[in-house]
Amino acid sequence: MRTHKRYSLKTQEGKEALTGYLFLAPALLLLGIFLLYPMGTAFYYSLTDFYILRPNEKNFIGFENFQMIFGDAEFRQAFSNTLYFAFLVVPIQIGVALGLALLVNKKLRFKVFFRTAYFSPVVMSLVVVSILWTFMYNPNEGLINEMLSLLGIPEQPFLTSPDQAMNSIIVMSVWQGAGFQMMIFLAGLQNIPNHLYEAADIDGATTFQKFLHVTLPGLKNISLFIFITITIAAFKLLVQPMIMTQGGPLGSTKSLVYHIYEVGFNYRDVGYASAMAVVFTIMVLVITIIQRIAVKEERG
Amino acid sequence: MKKTSITRKIFLYLTLSFLAVIFLFPLVWMVMSSMKDDFQIFRDMTSVKAFLPPLPNEVDGGYLQNYILAFERVNLLKYIMNSLIYTIGIIIFGLIVNSMAGYALARFNFPFRNFWLAVIIATLIIPPESIFLPLYVLVFNLGWVNTYTGLIVPFIANAFAIFLFRQFFLDFPKEIEEAAKIDGCSQLGIFVRIIVPLTKPVFATVAIVLFINHWNDFLWPLVVANDDSMRTIQIGLQFFMNQQPVQWGQVMAALTVATLPMLIIFIFLQRYYVQGLAHTGSKN
Repeated sequence: MRTHKRYSLKTQEGKEALTGYLFLAPALLLLGIFLLYPMGTAFYYSLTDFYILRPNEKNFIGFENFQMIFGDAEFRQAFSNTLYFAFLVVPIQIGVALGLALLVNKKLRFKVFFRTAYFSPVVMSLVVVSILWTFMYNPNEGLINEMLSLLGIPEQPFLTSPDQAMNSIIVMSVWQGAGFQMMIFLAGLQNIPNHLYEAADIDGATTFQKFLHVTLPGLKNISLFIFITITIAAFKLLVQPMIMTQGGPLGSTKSLVYHIYEVGFNYRDVGYASAMAVVFTIMVLVITIIQRIAVKEERG
Repeated sequence: MKKTSITRKIFLYLTLSFLAVIFLFPLVWMVMSSMKDDFQIFRDMTSVKAFLPPLPNEVDGGYLQNYILAFERVNLLKYIMNSLIYTIGIIIFGLIVNSMAGYALARFNFPFRNFWLAVIIATLIIPPESIFLPLYVLVFNLGWVNTYTGLIVPFIANAFAIFLFRQFFLDFPKEIEEAAKIDGCSQLGIFVRIIVPLTKPVFATVAIVLFINHWNDFLWPLVVANDDSMRTIQIGLQFFMNQQPVQWGQVMAALTVATLPMLIIFIFLQRYYVQGLAHTGSKN
């Protein structure tokens, strides 16, 4: 009752509230229909045996799909492949990005050239770089093997070997993405006040000490932000294996999202794919929450 | 003392140059190979010629031969048009819908405002990859598969864009709007005639971020636009790559064409893009 009274349309507040909702409504409706509703149906489908080819025979089967996940060797492989990818890509990419940012942040000639060069792979889409590197990784007549042979290194199988395929994708992914985080680190470096370095100079700090006690603490927030975004992006791995290896050889590059895609669209098993999507969502949520808590504790 | 600083400098520039080569050589190889026939691509690969343009007497059909053949072999022009319609559609509707939502959250008082803001921020955590299957079922039931509507409408509302607009409008001085209100301007009038023209940079930033994200989109166009006449450029490239026999030079030409719009954006609009980046970084 009170709200009704306070927001009567005759009052100034009431008019403002109505205008506010009119401005907000299109976005809320669209987010509701195309984001929250699918999220809800994903949970619902995960409890059914929904199969695209017979949409009217949806049966509620409880947690059967989730039980199936534990016995699914393909899921386990996709899961461990994705973890492997994330565990390597995240630290390497952050390290490379930070290294590049520190280099480019120095007083340099041709600074813009170097910065643009390191950033340039970001300009290409993942599809473009995946196709390009598939050619480069070609075991018989690829560019990289030709370059290695100049150094006397024998031909490598790269994407055609179960041992090397995922590592090859990791190298390419770091190469493609590091320039992006370099730019964010650069913005962070430029936000560190100069007087902190001057004070450290007066105290006779070495370059390394300045890096440890001024630069790193100054980059803390930005590093955590980069850490969260790269980790989540790594868990979404899909385009590279889909284009470069089709998940092979021997499933060594099949990722979680790729597996969900195949079960959903190639085998049309929406129920089971939705259950895996729910597990995937919970994983991403858990990572986000753990990292948020870590950030809060650091700050508190 | 002086000597060590010079060797240091040489070492620094050698490192920088070596890294520049690492980051640039695939790009250079792509563009140079797009002008060569396949026989020459393989022949040049063993030497530095791989990274140099072909000599005039080495190209039979002219430097653009691969480009012409690529456009003839698959429907590249159609794919590019589809990508443009898809991205520009999302940008136009997205700018309108998200800026209005951001403005509402920044300026108006209404019940549950903070609740809605929290909901919108919370949706940022939902990975699009986890809902594409039910979203496909929904779009299928709406009869939108293989339509521009199906490609565009689900991605108009964008929590990140709403948040960016809200932050920007919060920092915008209130006095100008209050003066307009006294002059009897309506809320919509104030927004369209005063706010939008004065906050063009944030519109540019959001537009560029949306363009980059959706020009490069892969998963959604792959599932919802599977007909050849509806393919976007990224899906078209994957299709072209798998067309047998694989013509390396032509594929390189197609890759170069697909990268051009992004290159143009980075050369001419880098300022707005970096602003957007810095904003994303500092807000978290």
